[in-house]
Amino acid sequence: MTQPHQDVQNWIGKQISGNEVVLFMKGTKAMPQCGFSMQVAQILNQLGVAFKDINVLEDMGVRDGIKAYSNWPTIPQLYVKGEFVGGCDIVREMFQAGELQELLTQKGIAHNAQTLTA
Amino acid sequence: MAMAVTEIEKLIKEGFPDAQVSIQDLAGDGDHYAATVVSEAFRGKTRVQQHQMVYDALKGQMGGALHALALKTSAPS
Repeated sequence: MTQPHQDVQNWIGKQISGNEVVLFMKGTKAMPQCGFSMQVAQILNQLGVAFKDINVLEDMGVRDGIKAYSNWPTIPQLYVKGEFVGGCDIVREMFQAGELQELLTQKGIAHNAQTLTA
Repeated sequence: MAMAVTEIEKLIKEGFPDAQVSIQDLAGDGDHYAATVVSEAFRGKTRVQQHQMVYDALKGQMGGALHALALKTSAPS
C-alpha cells in the first residue's frame, strides 16, 4: 500500500526521531535481501547495537521516500539519534577507522568496544 | 540499465575538473563499480556531503542506471 507523499515523510521522520538507531534496509536484520544492507546490519550486530530495522521492500512509498528525505540515492541508510550517518560505504569506512564506535559513544548509544581485529 | 566506466568517469570529471578518478568494474558486468575520487572540492566536507556531491555530479544516475557504486572520496593530502 502506497501512502501519500507527505504522510510518508512524516512517518519516516517519526521512525527516525522515535528510535535511537534506525536502519532503512532491503530485507530485515534477520534476513537481509541485499549485500549492502547485510554488511551494515552485520556491523551493528558485531558492535552489539540495538537498532530498529525498516524493510523498504515492503513499501514502495518508503523506499522512494527515504531517498528524498535524506537526499541520498541508495539503501541502506543508517540514522543515529536523528542524524543521517551514511550508507554502506561510509558506515564500513567509519567502522574500520573506529569512528563509528566513537560516534556511538558520543551519542550515548550502548555498544561493545569491538574493533576490526575481531 | 548499465553504465560504462567511461561514462561514469566523464560525469565525475565534469563535476570535479581537478579530480583524480579511478573506477573499477567489480564484477565485470557493467553494473557493480568501485570509484575513488580525490578532489580539492572535498576538503572540509563530511563524508556524507562528499558522497552527495558525487551523486549530484552523476545527475541522478545513482540508484537508477547505476546500481552499485562503492565510493571512496577524499581531498588530496
